[in-house]
Amino acid sequence: MDLDIVALSRLQFAVTALYHFLFVPLTLGLSIILAVMETVYVMTGRVIWRDMTKFWGVLFGINFAMGVATGVVMEFQFGMNWSYYSHYVGDIFGAPLAIEGLMAFFMEATFVGLFFFGWDKLSKVGHLVATWAVAIGSNFSALWILIANGWMQNPVGAAFNPQTMRMEVTDFFAVLTNPVAQAKFVHTVSAGYVCAAVFVLGVSAWYLLKGRHLELAKRSMTVAASFGLAASLSVVVLGDESGYLSTEHQKMKLAAIEAMWETQPAPAAFTAVGFPDQEARETHYAIHIPAVMGLIGTRSLNTVIPGIDELVKRAEVRIREGIKAYDALQQIRAAGSTQAVPQGVRDTFENGGADMGYALLLKRYVDDPRNATPEQISKAAWDTVPQVAPLFWLFRIMVGIGMLLIVLTATFFVLSARRRLDRHRWLLRSAVLAIPLPWIAIEAGWLVAEFGRQPWVIEGVLPTAVAVSNLGVKTLLITLGGFIAIYTTLFIIEMKLLLKVIRKGPEAEHAPDVGEARSHVPPVRAMAAPGSSS
Amino acid sequence: MILHQLIDYDTLRIIWWALIGVLLVGFAVTDGFDLGSGILLPFAARTDLERRVVINSVGPVWEGNQVWLILGGGAIFAAWPQLYAVSFSGFYLAMFVILTALILRPVAFKFRSKREEPAWRARWDAVLFFSGLVPALIFGVAVGNVLQGVPFRFAADMHIHYDGSFFALLNPFALLCGLVSVAMMVTHGAAWLQLKTAGPVAERARLYGSVAAVAGIVLYALAGVWMASAIGGYRITSAAQTVGPSNPLLKTVELHAGAWLANYAAHPWTMAAPAAGFAGLLVALAGLLLRRPVLALLAAALGIAGIILSVGASMFPFILPSSIDPRASLTVWDASSSHLTLFIMLVVTAFFIPIIVAYTAWVYHVLWGKVDEEAIRDESGHAY
Repeated sequence: MDLDIVALSRLQFAVTALYHFLFVPLTLGLSIILAVMETVYVMTGRVIWRDMTKFWGVLFGINFAMGVATGVVMEFQFGMNWSYYSHYVGDIFGAPLAIEGLMAFFMEATFVGLFFFGWDKLSKVGHLVATWAVAIGSNFSALWILIANGWMQNPVGAAFNPQTMRMEVTDFFAVLTNPVAQAKFVHTVSAGYVCAAVFVLGVSAWYLLKGRHLELAKRSMTVAASFGLAASLSVVVLGDESGYLSTEHQKMKLAAIEAMWETQPAPAAFTAVGFPDQEARETHYAIHIPAVMGLIGTRSLNTVIPGIDELVKRAEVRIREGIKAYDALQQIRAAGSTQAVPQGVRDTFENGGADMGYALLLKRYVDDPRNATPEQISKAAWDTVPQVAPLFWLFRIMVGIGMLLIVLTATFFVLSARRRLDRHRWLLRSAVLAIPLPWIAIEAGWLVAEFGRQPWVIEGVLPTAVAVSNLGVKTLLITLGGFIAIYTTLFIIEMKLLLKVIRKGPEAEHAPDVGEARSHVPPVRAMAAPGSSS
Repeated sequence: MILHQLIDYDTLRIIWWALIGVLLVGFAVTDGFDLGSGILLPFAARTDLERRVVINSVGPVWEGNQVWLILGGGAIFAAWPQLYAVSFSGFYLAMFVILTALILRPVAFKFRSKREEPAWRARWDAVLFFSGLVPALIFGVAVGNVLQGVPFRFAADMHIHYDGSFFALLNPFALLCGLVSVAMMVTHGAAWLQLKTAGPVAERARLYGSVAAVAGIVLYALAGVWMASAIGGYRITSAAQTVGPSNPLLKTVELHAGAWLANYAAHPWTMAAPAAGFAGLLVALAGLLLRRPVLALLAAALGIAGIILSVGASMFPFILPSSIDPRASLTVWDASSSHLTLFIMLVVTAFFIPIIVAYTAWVYHVLWGKVDEEAIRDESGHAY
């Protein structure tokens, strides 16, 4: 197994997935914000709410096109770079992806055309239906993708079939109701709402600072602040860690996030700051807060969270069991079917089947896991520990930003309720500066989730190193370089266009393109008194 | 779950073989006309306003159309995981080129008219042309290679090994198939432009579409003759195991001259597929010349469906033959998902496809009529 291919394939997936997820969260949240704004327009008949929908819709559209463009890559890349993975788990993993297309993406992509082109062709209510269809489609899309991703973290409802040499579904309902998937869905979608809310808040704050488009900006801020506050609270309360105790490796991820090298008596302390050292297996200069970890991780005072050392010991036991199951599988395959082998072999396979993936961890060191030495087994057991320091820091970045955004959205919620949105310029400035923060938190969150899943691509079932396609290093370098070049170029163009549209502002939308010229005259809307945020 | 036993495994496999055909046809007849319109963009439209008319004619619908491709990918993953794994990893660089086109295309639509500079717009027009041409060509090239057999084999643990290269894909027969694909999509795109535009654009579409339709008929006939005379074809030599486990290595296969025509001899009704291919393109040609765009559009769709289904009918039960280890060839009987997965996916698909067709039809209904040049000029309605 060539590690270079594995590393390059992982890097390519990470680059394309993280890049794709620059656009997804804004789509998830902004589609809902658009639908809410347009609903207000349809219910009250106030034209400014239609203008708001149209203006934020232009920004939505630029972002949406990038999301569509980069999403196709994700759908194809499993087969391209992870062909053994696709063979091994396609029976289960393919279904949510296909259902995502059928149920969600089709709706989203078909109605988005009407959203942009249907303003003059549809009744008010007809257009509103199209907008909501886009919003619902986007969010359902996230549901199915996260069911697929949740299954990679907690592969329920499936069993290995020796005749086809792959995992096959046994209980589809279990795949759908996977607790890890549910936690991920709520957490991810809420994070997307926060992202869009902070985006709308920040751009509107910039208009207020410039004294432009005051009515539109204030109303947008009110929507964004209330939506964002609710969402940022739900991101934390319905945090992803609720799923962290459901499986063995999720426990490992939690231990790594906390740099908990050894099991502590319950309730465990939370390491606020420290410098995890993978080699020495300890955390330097750690500052602990008593009991907090146990509370976050288990929601109880007396449940013990296992530390890394204990989880490695357990992994070693499972590797040894897995070798027995692997041996039984080879006998079954040699004999042709499960019926053709003695009862003892069948029992070994059936009882140890759940550990067979652990034997595959040895493939890095030896072709036939049955020939592994005790040292190799011990090394493979330590391989189940992900890189602690990045997880430790990324998690803290994510949580820190999450807390900050609660404060930000709460502040603007209060300001909006008191109709003082434009009173404090420093607050408006901080809202502008906060625009990139949700993206940083979201990307950090994905890195924690996926980097923390290593060495597994499917937890306990298939190690990442075994799952790749047999491609050449050169070939991978071509595509990796190609993706990076295209993505970087498009990112620059996209940012320029977004900024151009924002600078131009909502009013110029109806006039022919006037380049960089901007109108400094605030829009005159007789509908509402200044400062009102109805 | 016992419910899935209601439909036999082999029946489900045939249904899913047909459903992938439906999805591919769905992709080719919807995205086909917008890819074709992209290819026609520099030829049918000369001025900036004309180009915007062409772009806006597909503007509201191309996104939904492209989902057929994404759904096709997802459905192949779910129902034929080995086909997904072998073809996507085997055709790796070709897939990358298609992806490049599919990444640039949405962005080109969205970005092109957001700036005034002619150089900016000319660049994105070129992107729209190439991102229409490249997928149309490469999908056809891929089919041409599949018909000849693809150099892959399985290791004992079912790891896939592929011995070909990107340039080996570009062999003469495959390129011919690629041109058939381009010609049929250009015909379809021309019919679309004739329907959605007026004046010089529609007239140029009529001209180029007619050329494409004639080329499509000739090239398709040529490909058929070539396939019948020089491309071997494969057949299963072991006893038929239609409900066995999905493991391709349990059968034996041989290369056999004329094997790709055996189905037409055994089941003459399958000749309806190539017949529809020819008839569709012919009627499309007539429709274009007589300025009956709706007829031309429907006939081109029929032609595309016939051409795609004729490939399936020739190869059945083969899906992806292996040229270096024929027994590893993927067939309908040994490359599918499990019985349960096929059943669940069938239920979901049977439920959603009618809904999708219904709302797609509604969207096309709402957008019915020629593209309004005035609306583009005054930028109302968020035109591209």
